[in-house]
Amino acid sequence: MDFASFLIQMLNSLQYGLLLFLVASGLTLVFGIMGIINLAHGSFYMIGAYLAFVLTSMTGSLVMAIVLGIPLALVFGAFLEWALFSHLYKRDHLEQVLLTYGLILIFEQLRSLLVGDDVHGVAIPAFLDASIQLTEVMSYPVYRLAISAVCVVLAVALYFVIQRTRLGMMIRAGNDDRTMVESLGININMIYRIVFALGVALAALAGMLASPISSVFPNMGSHVLIISFVIVVIGGIGSVWGALVAALIVGFADTFGKVLVPELSGIVVYVVMAVVLLWRPEGILKKG
Amino acid sequence: MERTFKIAGNIALTLALAAAGMGAAQASEKVKVGLMLPYTGTYAALGNAITNGFKQYVAENGGKLGGREVEYAVVDDESNPAKATENAKKLVSRDKVDVLVGTVHSGVALAMAKVARDTKTLMIVPNAGANDLTGPLCSPYVFRSSFSAWQPSYAMGEALAKKGVKNIATVTWKYSFGEESVAGFKEAFEKGGGKVVKEMTLPFPNVEFQPFLTEIASAKPDAVFVFFAGAGAAKFVSDYAAAGLKNSIPLYGPGFLTDGNLDAMGGAGEGLMTTLHYADGLNNGKDTAFRTKYATTYKMQPDVYAVQGYDAAQMFEAGLKAAGGDPSKKEEVIKGMASAKIDSPRGTFTLSPAHNPVQDIYMRTVKGSENVVTEVVSKGLEDPARGCKM
Repeated sequence: MDFASFLIQMLNSLQYGLLLFLVASGLTLVFGIMGIINLAHGSFYMIGAYLAFVLTSMTGSLVMAIVLGIPLALVFGAFLEWALFSHLYKRDHLEQVLLTYGLILIFEQLRSLLVGDDVHGVAIPAFLDASIQLTEVMSYPVYRLAISAVCVVLAVALYFVIQRTRLGMMIRAGNDDRTMVESLGININMIYRIVFALGVALAALAGMLASPISSVFPNMGSHVLIISFVIVVIGGIGSVWGALVAALIVGFADTFGKVLVPELSGIVVYVVMAVVLLWRPEGILKKG
Repeated sequence: MERTFKIAGNIALTLALAAAGMGAAQASEKVKVGLMLPYTGTYAALGNAITNGFKQYVAENGGKLGGREVEYAVVDDESNPAKATENAKKLVSRDKVDVLVGTVHSGVALAMAKVARDTKTLMIVPNAGANDLTGPLCSPYVFRSSFSAWQPSYAMGEALAKKGVKNIATVTWKYSFGEESVAGFKEAFEKGGGKVVKEMTLPFPNVEFQPFLTEIASAKPDAVFVFFAGAGAAKFVSDYAAAGLKNSIPLYGPGFLTDGNLDAMGGAGEGLMTTLHYADGLNNGKDTAFRTKYATTYKMQPDVYAVQGYDAAQMFEAGLKAAGGDPSKKEEVIKGMASAKIDSPRGTFTLSPAHNPVQDIYMRTVKGSENVVTEVVSKGLEDPARGCKM
């Protein structure tokens, strides 16, 4: 591989890793802070993508669709938490798995009924629809770079909210000792509702942002679900920074795996996960 | 007096029941079609298109096949090879279907074919292109109304070699269909004097293609041949164009690259050339009639999958006709199907001794939201059915 290609592959890894972080951030928040195994995470990603498709068709602009879609996702997440998940905190992980698996099936069927089974595309917003020439034959789409920028901003924002605000303090406290927080007069139910809604909105936002480059199609959630769990496990459950580091590791492993060991590229990411589990079972950066 | 009435009443009741029984027996002389297709998941649109096409032929035939009413038993195979044997057995043993029609995913179809062979049930494959189905695993009971992975790719290999393309890089998913497509292409391309300089694969259904685009850009081949289908294909073509490769290194592939995906590509596929046994703009009477009927009935345009479903019904009808409408006369049905000349919207085709369509392959170019035929690149292309002992 020549140096120019190597640099471009590094760029590919970085960009892919940042996108993965965006997708997995919602899951680590919900899993880490609320202790809920949310198998429907991939479905929320899919819902985001389909929202982007439907809203872009209606308004003609992906940006408009995102602006409308985020509040919709927040409300949807809050509703789901109130209706279903709030009953699960004291229950077994198995029951959470069963509920969220059922949600996957329900959402897939609803999607099939409401929007159909065809593959759809979402147009890249015109102001981002350009490419930067890297070599004489290859250029890099500006949109991908824009998504990477959004992911970085989001990572910083999430860190700030969780570590530096009162809300973040309450969330972290509630994770450590729910009863204590309640006895201090803080409405832990409202906190959890906010966190869950945020988790759903993050997953949906990832789906919306990725929709122009990944297309919108049935079962698209199942692909991201597994990789999201891998990232959460490698990074440490509940750690946003950990998810970022893990996502970048997965991005590099996947990209260079495909180029250097194509026969094994399918398992490279899982090998990394296995190694991390053996070396540091709690993940690379636990709780942060 | 009372006793006479009672006896008369009993006789009348018995006669009425007997008549009803006989009527029921006659009405139950139906032919049972088992549809095992994906109705959920990535391939749901294809499963629906095949079903629509099949049912359209039956409707055009007066709602009957072989002069009998058609009854359907439907199973959603979810494109899941792990459940395939169980699902197929359900249709054969529990529902006792006369013919098994399916499926899209080659892994599932291979398991279905084994069940068909073991239970001696007739099976028509309306899509799955695994070479093995009419190759080493061929059987008198298994027919195909679609294509083999080898066919459209071989035709493209021939066409590109003839065009003077010298070296090519390939990318596909690492599963049987992808590998068979690339192998078919390579066979024809290298026979015609070309060279495949780089063969790249990624695990199915991974769609992160950027690393490969970078590799292609640094290798700078004359052209690139890929196999992808569905959403993955739409993504690849979009990514390829976004990386600026479309104008410097031409992209080719079998028709699955663009069929049903053009809207999702948003114009990135414009001008792309692919090979397939079906196209838009064929302008034969049968195709025009088929498309008009399909569009009116289902409120959408048909695609190659709908044609394959339609032809599966035609093939079964040909078999039933030869057996006088009796699906239990399997020998006659098989003979009828194997020797049939199918008047398909794609053009007429016959079946090879291994029961795969011997058909024309068209070169198509993407124009707007259509794959328009530009020429016939391969007339009457027959899959070599390597390994078939029938």
